[in-house]
Amino acid sequence: MSRLNIELPGLSLKNPVMPASGCFGFGKEYSQLYDLNVLGAIMIKATTPEPRFGNPTPRVAETPGGMLNAIGLQNPGLEKVVSEELPWLEQYEVPIIANVAGSTEEDYVRVAEVISKAPNVHALELNISCPNVKTGGIAFGTDPEMAKNLTKKVKAVSEVPVYVKLSPNVSNIVSIAKAVEDGGADGLTMINTLLGMRLDLQTGKPILANRTGGLSGPVVKPVALRMIYEVSQQVHIPIIGMGGIQSAEDVIEFFYAGASAVAVGTQNFIDPFVCPTIIDELPQLLTQLGYQHISECTGRSWKQHEQFAYHRA
Amino acid sequence: MIINDQCTVVSQQQIAESIFELVLSGKIVEEMNEPGRFVHIKVTEGLDPMLRRPISIAAINKRSNEFTIIYRKQGRGTSLLANKKSGETVDILGPLGNGFSVAEANIGETAVLVGGGIGVPPLYELAKQLVAKGVKVISILGFQSQSAVFYEEKFASLGETYVTTVDGTYGKKGFVTDILGGLVVQPDVIYSCGPTPMLKAIEKGQYAAKVFLSLEERMGCGIGACFACVCHTKDDPTGHTYKKVCTDGPVFEAGEVAI
Ligand SMILES: Cc1cc2nc3c(=O)[nH]c(=O)nc-3n(C[C@H](O)[C@H](O)[C@H](O)COP(=O)(O)OP(=O)(O)OC[C@H]3O[C@@H](n4cnc5c(N)ncnc54)[C@H](O)[C@@H]3O)c2cc1C
Ligand SMILES: Cc1cc2nc3c(=O)[nH]c(=O)nc-3n(C[C@H](O)[C@H](O)[C@H](O)COP(=O)(O)O)c2cc1C
Ligand code: FES
Repeated sequence: MSRLNIELPGLSLKNPVMPASGCFGFGKEYSQLYDLNVLGAIMIKATTPEPRFGNPTPRVAETPGGMLNAIGLQNPGLEKVVSEELPWLEQYEVPIIANVAGSTEEDYVRVAEVISKAPNVHALELNISCPNVKTGGIAFGTDPEMAKNLTKKVKAVSEVPVYVKLSPNVSNIVSIAKAVEDGGADGLTMINTLLGMRLDLQTGKPILANRTGGLSGPVVKPVALRMIYEVSQQVHIPIIGMGGIQSAEDVIEFFYAGASAVAVGTQNFIDPFVCPTIIDELPQLLTQLGYQHISECTGRSWKQHEQFAYHRA
Repeated sequence: MIINDQCTVVSQQQIAESIFELVLSGKIVEEMNEPGRFVHIKVTEGLDPMLRRPISIAAINKRSNEFTIIYRKQGRGTSLLANKKSGETVDILGPLGNGFSVAEANIGETAVLVGGGIGVPPLYELAKQLVAKGVKVISILGFQSQSAVFYEEKFASLGETYVTTVDGTYGKKGFVTDILGGLVVQPDVIYSCGPTPMLKAIEKGQYAAKVFLSLEERMGCGIGACFACVCHTKDDPTGHTYKKVCTDGPVFEAGEVAI
């Protein structure tokens, strides 16, 4: 009996662990290191209608426990993703979650319409939270009305469930979450990166060519947990949680906060085997903590104790 | 194959001002062949720094299952690495990237190796392999100043070797390109690694030889997944075609990418 399988809109996950968008490319690189079939799902790199080069380099900087990136949504464009990257991934029995990005509503709608028809794309992740592009992206993620309207439009054309990826760069994350739920979102993914910057001691200038970038890694974990904790109590759609996950223990903590599955981003760069390692370690950790199934952990931080009583019977 | 190996420190010593030579052993050596590739090093188990550091493979010793890296102690990452003592382990991911192709130089031909500062190390394994093949090697090594000079004798044992220093405290005062331009022999292949201005100057030199340049860029993953290390291609300098320094490079043929 599996103790890790999770059913979410559009997604039958053999386990709740998947690489986060932008941290795994389209899977090819990591496929040289391990069998991608072990993964619960794969969130592929953001796709825009046209190819994008992204920002000038340097695109990464560091801070203790975290990194800043300003990649700028570099990707080969919709046509190539659909004709080359996704077909290549079909050799794996792993549902793909396609990260959809753009500068205008039309961009998002166009990508969603086409990419949701790919046979192995089981859900979309609407990226309304990229801090590294000048137009679109985060603008949609910080205004509840815009977020809701965009969700509606994408829902109308998508053939698969739509998850909306929330930005932490807002003063009230719950209002955005509720707005996209109203707009018809089937689920949420959170969090994207936090806007930050680093300066060079010698020159006094920003290290990143883009000046600012998105902060990720262990330093953002408490922020992610707090936001998932707040949002999960206020919406009725599932959350795929992310932000600084490095271990099986971190995964359980995200479930406690209210997540139903998780994604691992930055840690793939430091330990390329992190996803399979976590998947291996989870059953043992569940035993140690006294759970039969990982789903028992979801929302444990705020759910009434009685709601769990039947599990112990 | 790329593997993640906990290598053992065989020895570590300072060989010039701020320059350290670290010899490591581990099964990763079985995967090392081509010169000019690099390893991605996690210098601490902790979170500061969190990302790995890319360092070129300077020498491979299959018999003893050891490899050498040479690096400049610079920021936090390389400073922590410089503290590693014999017997301790270092977390290594690699070997990564596309290195220098020895096949580009034919037996009896002349290869000129041009290194600047911490660009010198990967040229050493290259020189060994070229000489073993029967290629004539001429090395031109540039440093800031006398105190920064290293590996001159090692290169000299493999072929004619010139050293330049910017301040003239050792060897010939000036830049490696001064020597390169004045060589009597016509090189068949030029291999180079060093600071970007040096690589640009070599590219501009329009030598009749095939020219290969090893680039540096800040990296995230080191394996091609994060798009941190991209550069434009020469024929499409503002478009969306790109090369990744970590997987397509770090070695490129001159004219392939915009530097
Ligand atoms: C393919 C490749 C091969 C290299 N080979 C060598 C070598 O053989 N010997 C050697 O001394 N150095 C080499 N370098 C440079 C080396 O990676 C940096 O000096 C090192 O990362 C500095 O880390 P730090 O923490 O000490 O410095 P910091 O300045 O504190 O580092 C901050 C960040 O910037 C990055 N960074 C800083 N300088 C460079 C640089 N020049 N290139 C890429 N990233 C940089 C670091 O990785 C880190 O992410 C190589 C770089 C690349 C890309
Ligand atoms: C280099 C890099 C590139 C990223 N690219 C994307 C992207 O294309 N689309 C997206 O929705 N999120 C992107 N993200 C955000 C991650 O998917 C994730 O939400 C965030 O990094 C937090 O998780 P982590 O701390 O585990 O990395 C990127 C993150 C990094 C570090
Ligand atoms: S360092 Fe990640 S793609 Fe090159």
